[in-house]
Amino acid sequence: MRKAFIETLVELALDDERILLLTADLGFMTLEPFAENFPKRFFNVGVAEQNMVGLATGLAEAGYIPFIYSITPFAVLRPYEFIRNGPIYHQFPVRIIGSGAGLEYGHDGISHYGIDDIGVLRVQPGITIITPADYKQATAALSATWDLPGPVYYRLSKDDKSIIMEINGHFELGRAQIIDKGKDVLIITMGNIATEVVKAAEILKTKGIFCTIMVISCISPPPISDILDNLKQFSFAITVEAHYIVGGLGSLISEVTAEHGLNCVIVRLGIKDRPNGFTGSQSYVYHLYGLTAEGIAETAIREMGKYNTLSIRGQSIDIDD
Amino acid sequence: MESEKKPLSSYWIRRIILDQSKRANIGHIGSALSIADIMASLYSNILNIFSPDDPDRDRFILSKGHAALALYAVLYLKGWISREMLDTFCLDGTLLGVHPEHMIPGIDFSTGSLGMGLSFGAGAALAARLKRSSRRVFVLVSDGECNEGSLWEAAMFAAHHRLNNLIAIVDYNEQQALGYTKDVLNLSPLACRWKSFGWNVREVNGHDIEQIVGAIYSFRTNNDCSPCVLIAHTICGKGVSYMERQIKWHYWPMSDEEYNIALIEIEKNI
Repeated sequence: MRKAFIETLVELALDDERILLLTADLGFMTLEPFAENFPKRFFNVGVAEQNMVGLATGLAEAGYIPFIYSITPFAVLRPYEFIRNGPIYHQFPVRIIGSGAGLEYGHDGISHYGIDDIGVLRVQPGITIITPADYKQATAALSATWDLPGPVYYRLSKDDKSIIMEINGHFELGRAQIIDKGKDVLIITMGNIATEVVKAAEILKTKGIFCTIMVISCISPPPISDILDNLKQFSFAITVEAHYIVGGLGSLISEVTAEHGLNCVIVRLGIKDRPNGFTGSQSYVYHLYGLTAEGIAETAIREMGKYNTLSIRGQSIDIDD
Repeated sequence: MESEKKPLSSYWIRRIILDQSKRANIGHIGSALSIADIMASLYSNILNIFSPDDPDRDRFILSKGHAALALYAVLYLKGWISREMLDTFCLDGTLLGVHPEHMIPGIDFSTGSLGMGLSFGAGAALAARLKRSSRRVFVLVSDGECNEGSLWEAAMFAAHHRLNNLIAIVDYNEQQALGYTKDVLNLSPLACRWKSFGWNVREVNGHDIEQIVGAIYSFRTNNDCSPCVLIAHTICGKGVSYMERQIKWHYWPMSDEEYNIALIEIEKNI
């Protein structure tokens, strides 16, 4: 996703000299196309993320559109107060790229996990938060938002291959994307883990359970009407995110449900506890947290049983099947 | 209050600091008095700001935002904010709070959290270079602020990129919120530290306008491509004897008697 994103950024930068790219010494095999095309508009500022956000603030005041790049926690958590007092408070067009969001840096451990970025940024009014599901959507989102007047956060995956055909690279600010329109269960997701959700829906389909998948590619501003339209049709919904269950997508959906008095139970699937130090590949870590396609399907079946959705349909499904 | 136009002078900056902080019963008086002569020097002799919305104006960033009252005094004396606006300092619903807001004419960056202004300034200086503008960027930092690691990130960046259009001024009054800098986190030798980070350093008496202006002019004529820092040796609470070098006047507001003594003392020094 990040490679395609940078390629699109190069195209945009050819037409608009205001676009700059800053990195805090990360982005090997990713940022080179920009650096080679625009050596005078590319700055490796060193391992200094606070200064990077401060620089971007000063550059944006003068009319530039600086994109700043690092691995998710270094891009968001280390300079968080700079982001708050700089681009957000001044409403400057700084673009923060958090790469390898969620658990993609599986082997690297908690220091590299981007599992709280949405939680801390979502509380700030005035920053657009983009969570693309695949690389096609990431490029569409960039094309739609690069010249917004205020700051934007792009939560990007390292996955440059996965595609969700049903989304077909569609992105619209303040709208969700709906995949399938199954009547049995609503699964709401954000970001690259949507590919696991789509696989989970396939597994469920083989068991006669049909899902509606809602992909939230824009967390702020949230697609409230799309969320409401879909939640109203279900008695419970599952949120799936590569993020702590507090503060992220599950929290957003719970807030919307409560504020609108909907009769819908929200089951939040994500990271519940502090990582315990054991690491492995992303798929291993997904397995730990029940975030693989199989884990998501299991949760769906279990929760459907709990809320009697299965008995309503008069079916009996073995969870261990 | 008199209605005629006041000159932009150290005296009037100090007078407004005392009047407004007394009316509002607000502290940070010592920090504001500490920079009164620096502010008078910058806005009378140095900064090239034809109007606050001229895109090619010099930029000034008060990174030690808690001394904003000194900046409000200057903005008023320049005629960029009205007397009525100045008199709202720290009233309910004012834009003129303890720390500066970018919504106020003449203020480019909101500050208040220490250690950010030099990064903003380095970005602004880089922008000026990219735009081939001759404008300069001035950042006034406190000495306690030099405790912040982020300040040194910005210092390294500016030196690496040879941003000689960036001028930092350290208000070196040797005091911070809870104590003297030598006791809290020793900054000495401060000039050597900046120099070792690749900056062109001058040290002056921060209450001597000729020295301040002369040093900044010397930066202009220097062929060195390094960013420049003026270490201004100052006295917290300068001009009011009972406040000078006293820790409590970082926060303390004045009584009526203290206010009257302060007015008499600053008038003596005109």
